[in-house]
Amino acid sequence: MNHQKIKTDPVHYDALTKQVSPPSKLGQGLLRAFWVGGFVCVLGQIIADIGTKLLKMTTSDGFCLTAIVLVFCTAVLTGLGVFDKIGQYAGAGSFVPITGFANAMVSPAVEFRREGMVLGLGAKLFTIAGPVLVYGISASVLVGLIYAIIFP
Amino acid sequence: MAGKRIGQQTILLPMKPAISAGAACVGPKEGEGPLGDAFDWVTDDELCGQQTFELAERQMVLEAARTAIRKASLRVSDIQFFMGGDLLNQIISASFAAREMSLPFVGLYGACSTMSEGLCLGGMLVDGGHADHVVCVASSHFCTAERQYRFPLEYGNQRTPTAQWTVTGAGATVLSLSPKTSPMARITHVCMGRVVDLGVTDANNMGAAMAPAATDTLLALFEDTHTTPADYDLIVTGDLGQVGHDLLLKLMQEQEMPLCAGTYQDCGLMIYDQKQDVHAGGSGCGCSASVLNGYLLPKLQSGQIRRMIFMATGALMSTTSSQQGESIPGVAHAVVLESPVEKGRM
Repeated sequence: MNHQKIKTDPVHYDALTKQVSPPSKLGQGLLRAFWVGGFVCVLGQIIADIGTKLLKMTTSDGFCLTAIVLVFCTAVLTGLGVFDKIGQYAGAGSFVPITGFANAMVSPAVEFRREGMVLGLGAKLFTIAGPVLVYGISASVLVGLIYAIIFP
Repeated sequence: MAGKRIGQQTILLPMKPAISAGAACVGPKEGEGPLGDAFDWVTDDELCGQQTFELAERQMVLEAARTAIRKASLRVSDIQFFMGGDLLNQIISASFAAREMSLPFVGLYGACSTMSEGLCLGGMLVDGGHADHVVCVASSHFCTAERQYRFPLEYGNQRTPTAQWTVTGAGATVLSLSPKTSPMARITHVCMGRVVDLGVTDANNMGAAMAPAATDTLLALFEDTHTTPADYDLIVTGDLGQVGHDLLLKLMQEQEMPLCAGTYQDCGLMIYDQKQDVHAGGSGCGCSASVLNGYLLPKLQSGQIRRMIFMATGALMSTTSSQQGESIPGVAHAVVLESPVEKGRM
């Protein structure tokens, strides 16, 4: 028996909720994501060029340098409490490049350090990056297998 | 029933238990908000000088409780029940604060409705003659709630426009049968809400999840007391935020008991400024607890508000229930508060 005073049908309420809830600002979100994401990519290219042209590295070493520098910078910015503000502003712009991955690893490490090195930091380190790794690696294995079968 | 129950959900408190004092402690962001000056204690450090955010939240509960007891001209040993809760697993802020207070403890969990749940139960205890003085507390902390319910603090994710910002704050109210100081307000009725769920599953839209419960409790209260929104100077909800606020207005309109826009407010919209980037507004047990004890009680005491409904609202989901795809049940408990200035009977 339903004794509720409110006589509102869930379907009607869903429509009402959609009507009242403000939508995400799509244009603004895209603009911010593209310029920040683009900026990170340009930064990455500059670092790679410094590696290959100035430091006479091989191309693959240059890319390696890019990854190391960007991950390091993100880790520092996360530790200083700045990166979450960038993320709030840029959304996918800071999340999709390797900076997002670094942040996903460092932020739980900072957060759960207080619960101890093993059951805090150790256990919670992959809470955000974990699913990405599980399905990313699974997908790469699967694609690799298909590739090996088709082009033996 | 001794004539105290006056309907399906509402209970009349003929002794009109007094709110002899209230105290509110908040964090830096709340201190910068429009109600900043109203709070008893604004910390400029989210850790409150402690090692962890959980300890900081507990510290705020203790500070609020002790301040309220002091303002009521009582000693801790005069208090017969310490009741309250928070948002953390196993309500550790309230129960660990109770360990320090060394008082008989009643732990409550009503999510963000805890402050009014406490006032309902505490009011009934005092009215029934089971206690002379009761302390009710409720607290939340942005940093403890965020790490338990969402993501690590430093994780750079984007919030949706309907998301709310958990208030860092604690509020404590002392209820007394015969207060030692001039009372700030009196509780005349309490209305315990039922759990209502209209199928909202978006954990980033808690206002929408809780608005139906708020509507249900308000309708019950109006029906049981034979009153209408016009009989109250102010109706305040806990933390519906902008979305829930708008939905409550719409739902009450549809139920043919429209609220007057001028006399309906939400603590989640009062505590922050639009410029503070909190999206739909504040939330958490500490939101309604700090606004009531810091801002609303003095207005009742001065007679600026003569009669009001305080109704905190809670979303009763957990991370587990959300991940398993369950919708979010809401609950709302209401208390009718009267100014001590008003002499005449209602």
